[in-house]
Amino acid sequence: MTVLIDKSTKIIIQGFTGKMGTFHAEEMIKYGSNVVGGVTPGKGGQKHLDRPVFNTVKDAVKNTGASASVLFVPPAFAADSAMESADAGIKTCVAIVDGIPSHDMIKIKRYMRRYSKNEKMTLVGPNCAGIISPGKSMLGIMPGHIYKEGRVGIISRSGTLGYEAAQQMKDLNIGVSTSVGIGGDPINGSSFRDIIEKFEMDDETDAILMIGEIGGPQEVAAGEFAKENMKKPVIGYIAGLTAPKGRVMGHAGAIVSAYGESAIEKVEILKECGVTISKNPSVMGETVKSVLEKI
Amino acid sequence: MDIHEYQAKEILASFGVTIPRGGIVYSPETAENKAREIGGSKWVVKAQIHSGARGKAGGIILCNSPLEVAQATDKLLGKKLVTNQTGPEGKIVNRIYIEEATDIEKELYLGLVFDRSSESIMVVASTEGGMSVEEISKEKPESIIRSKIEVAVGIQSFQARELAFGLGIEPELISRVSDTIVGCAKAFSELDATMVEVNPLVISKQKQILALDCKMSFDNNAMFRRNKVSELRDKTQEDDKEVFASDRGLNYVSLDGNIGNIINGAGLAMASMDMIKLAGGQPANFLDVGGGATPEKIVKAFKLITMDEKVKVILINIFAGINRCDWVAEGIVQALKKIEIKVPLVIRLAGTNVDKGNKILRESKIKYIEANTLEDAANKAVAVLKKK
Repeated sequence: MTVLIDKSTKIIIQGFTGKMGTFHAEEMIKYGSNVVGGVTPGKGGQKHLDRPVFNTVKDAVKNTGASASVLFVPPAFAADSAMESADAGIKTCVAIVDGIPSHDMIKIKRYMRRYSKNEKMTLVGPNCAGIISPGKSMLGIMPGHIYKEGRVGIISRSGTLGYEAAQQMKDLNIGVSTSVGIGGDPINGSSFRDIIEKFEMDDETDAILMIGEIGGPQEVAAGEFAKENMKKPVIGYIAGLTAPKGRVMGHAGAIVSAYGESAIEKVEILKECGVTISKNPSVMGETVKSVLEKI
Repeated sequence: MDIHEYQAKEILASFGVTIPRGGIVYSPETAENKAREIGGSKWVVKAQIHSGARGKAGGIILCNSPLEVAQATDKLLGKKLVTNQTGPEGKIVNRIYIEEATDIEKELYLGLVFDRSSESIMVVASTEGGMSVEEISKEKPESIIRSKIEVAVGIQSFQARELAFGLGIEPELISRVSDTIVGCAKAFSELDATMVEVNPLVISKQKQILALDCKMSFDNNAMFRRNKVSELRDKTQEDDKEVFASDRGLNYVSLDGNIGNIINGAGLAMASMDMIKLAGGQPANFLDVGGGATPEKIVKAFKLITMDEKVKVILINIFAGINRCDWVAEGIVQALKKIEIKVPLVIRLAGTNVDKGNKILRESKIKYIEANTLEDAANKAVAVLKKK
């Protein structure tokens, strides 16, 4: 089993019949993802891309056995959709959408506490590129062909910087077990620490590349977890060395507001945790390579 | 999104927080009357800019007569105030808030923020009001008390009471201090705020609990459901280029260097800026045109970058994913037909159909320097500058 998804994972698209939902559902199907249908309230009973449309996520789960979903709904409705999928028994939900209010994210996370650990959905995102297990399945919007199959896990807040890393690795003939985009928002469904733990337990992953940026406590929390609990090597890069303090750098979560949130401070703390740092974004691939050679 | 002090005070007052009497003016003529209308014998004239530390910058003036109020208003209006938060260019004063002076007995600090570690709303309070929260945490960390709000039910009275007792408030004032804390917390939750800060919250000699200075910031992502709050935006307090960008769906931050950037994706944009710095240059901006990098967005990005006179070279770095490099290249060629670029251009394309994309650029008539990697692009941009 790879991290979060594999070839057989049944996927539904929330916001299936919209422009974004349609385009990316087609891309996912082309890649080989097992898309079994979708949800658009009010369009239940119709067919879209040769697959059934349902009114509710519960209907979709009941009729298709889906265990994963991806959200292509506007930000104003995204919290509602995420909670709907949690309640319908979806195990992995990816929220691609950018622009969910932070207050809504807190509410989603509190809502999900009503489920026991075994029943609880893993929410990935929002404001992310999604999940891909190369050669198996894609639950997101990334360009599938830049990922080579392999044994390195990638976790990235940024979409395009994650692509950059995958391409650099492919050019060096290094493949990826799973790449998870956790998103650029201040509060997200899954943290670096949540995903890095899954990679540590995954027998198809040998090393993990963690691509962080300024703002928030997450990279440090993952570093400390790795130091205490992990055997697999972790490689890190932190973007935003030149970012001024107190300014939002594109991602809502990319803002330095406390000690330990700047790129320099994060790099220092991660080094102390035993993480190998890629000294610049052009050598992420080479740094992974040098670490793999030592295993 | 930030708002002015007087706007934050009006909001908090509507949530039951007591504020000193005051009013907003836009001219010295009205200032004198406003002071009389407010009454009392001492007034504080406060420049309204989106920044703290206004006092040290001369933006807050204590006056003893309505005439002095008018003179102080005249002195401040239209002036650019430079504080340690505005950057060297400062911020223009277009509005003046006149407030009755308060006899202060005790200054407290009260703040509410999103706590990203616990993913909840955190109330932070301290007996050391008047200092910035950074100064308090450095110099008097033991004075800071915190309380986490459970978002499902909102702040509870006991939490506010605990905080008030924790601040050493005398028993007869406890309920009024608690009400102030509850009011701020409700404003935070109900209006999609990301920060509410009352600093100082004062106890006056007359035993009133007053919010003497307030700051509020709001979640830009929630403005779609906060019409009243979004109307409070004051674009004169923002960088012109940043306003141009945000109105056109571009993520832009103006910086001090001379290498202009056009990048797709926030993380890649930060990484490209870092690469420029490592190569010995200084970025003039952060600019994320969005993951898709559509031709329309690229045209807008060129317009924006050319507004910045500091820019001596432009670096374009696009990682085409779902969109293809050939399509992005066509977009760049089209954009350059519409806009004249007078500075050297370094272009790095990567991702889907990169060879086709580079071929289109080479065969077009545009003058540019081709780069292959992030590092190569940054090095070439810096080298062009050095040649000049």
